[in-house]
Amino acid sequence: MFKPYSALALARHAFSPDRPWPRAWRAPEPKSSYDAIIIGGGGHGLATAYYLAKNHGMRNVAVLERAYIGSGNVGRNTTLIRSNYVIDGNTQFFEHSLKLWESLSHELNFNCMVSHRGQIVLATSPVQLDTYARRGNIMRLNGIDAELLDRGQVMALLPYLDYSKEARWPIWGGILQGRAGSVRHDAVAWGYARAADTLGVDIIENCEVEGFIMDEGRAVGVETSRGRILAGKIGIAVAGHSSHVAKMAGLRLPIESHILQAFVTEPVKPMVHHVVSWGAELFYLSQSDKGGMVFGGHIDGFNTYTQRGQFPRIQTVAECAVSLLPFMSKLRLLRHWGGIMDMTPDGSPFICRTDIRNLYFNGGWCYQGFKATPASGWTFAHTIAHDEEHELNRCYALDRFAKGRELDDYGIGNWTYKQ
Amino acid sequence: MRIPCPHCGERDVSEFRYGGDATKTRPKHGEGDLKAWHDYYFLFDNPKGPHTEYWQHVLGCRHWFKLTRNTATNEIGEVG
Repeated sequence: MFKPYSALALARHAFSPDRPWPRAWRAPEPKSSYDAIIIGGGGHGLATAYYLAKNHGMRNVAVLERAYIGSGNVGRNTTLIRSNYVIDGNTQFFEHSLKLWESLSHELNFNCMVSHRGQIVLATSPVQLDTYARRGNIMRLNGIDAELLDRGQVMALLPYLDYSKEARWPIWGGILQGRAGSVRHDAVAWGYARAADTLGVDIIENCEVEGFIMDEGRAVGVETSRGRILAGKIGIAVAGHSSHVAKMAGLRLPIESHILQAFVTEPVKPMVHHVVSWGAELFYLSQSDKGGMVFGGHIDGFNTYTQRGQFPRIQTVAECAVSLLPFMSKLRLLRHWGGIMDMTPDGSPFICRTDIRNLYFNGGWCYQGFKATPASGWTFAHTIAHDEEHELNRCYALDRFAKGRELDDYGIGNWTYKQ
Repeated sequence: MRIPCPHCGERDVSEFRYGGDATKTRPKHGEGDLKAWHDYYFLFDNPKGPHTEYWQHVLGCRHWFKLTRNTATNEIGEVG
């Protein structure tokens, strides 16, 4: 049933409106057993299923999604991609992800609208600029593009910032990663779903996992709202609700669920041609293809599963926006929303085996789940297929805190968001 | 969200600081193996539902208190 998308197919369908486009993926009934099932039909779960089939020849695979494809965090994020990390482990993992993003549209035969518009992280003090020089050196030693910008160079690229003497945040410079940018997030979900389905993966929507079936300490299947499904291997990829699902298997995780808000203004003409961010409040902003300014900041600060944000955070993020980019005071907020993040002690994720045989865990994505999607699926598929972590995700084990192997990219200790 | 401070009454969440899960028991100093400390510091029940937690009225009376909040709805139940 797979028909590749192409310019020719587009023309053919334009001239024969009586033949609608076929469904992008099937809607199969769940089978009684699979070689592997992935819980969670978000970007990470779908990517995992795709790479299980593509890289490891495992095609008797199902993805179980509680609601519908694209309904979770994969459709609620702010679509940025980058690989400007400092700590060994994160640096190589996120660069691998960025390389997979570069060819993703061709890989999936689906236009993911990958835009390498570049990200500029602003320095508002000389000390901050020094730390960016260090970060840039680390990136370049790992073969990642990074360019340190002085104030004049930032002025040329981002003329709309506040450069006045009264500026609340004086611009000292910044660091540019040219290959960073943005991707159409829904297309990532749909593209992976369609490509995985094409390789034989069953994508089962409206199928909520309600419990695990254990046999002598091994996970052998799940009870779902659509019946019992047995599986040789089970992967959890439900970031935001990781604790909730893992608890059914008797696991307690180093994770708290927090809400992160995001905002979009009314659309205006093209003006912001990069991703602009500022580390102090984790503030970032880009302009969408529709023209809206998409921006956000820190989490609200207490654990919650509600997707409703609190007003104090809206105020803080808006203050950041207006003090760095004065034009933002003229724009009206079109909408804002909240997504639930798995927050971890060191701000880094988990892609690993668990203490339960045949049960694998992917979660703890904090603020960085979207950009990690391809590499997350790629390495999680490897971990599930080989029952062993790949070199790229060996650092993302659940026991790293017990072993003193934190990946603290901010360099300020555990639970930074609580300090 | 508004939080009922036992001393000052109901105030906006912006006046408060969240203090985390109040059901955990810290191992006594000098006691407990590494695993007990690891589990105390790093692991969380993180329930979707009722959660007993600490808050401090940091921009008010600075009182620390416990309350129960439903993390699925932010509805606040028992305080104190």
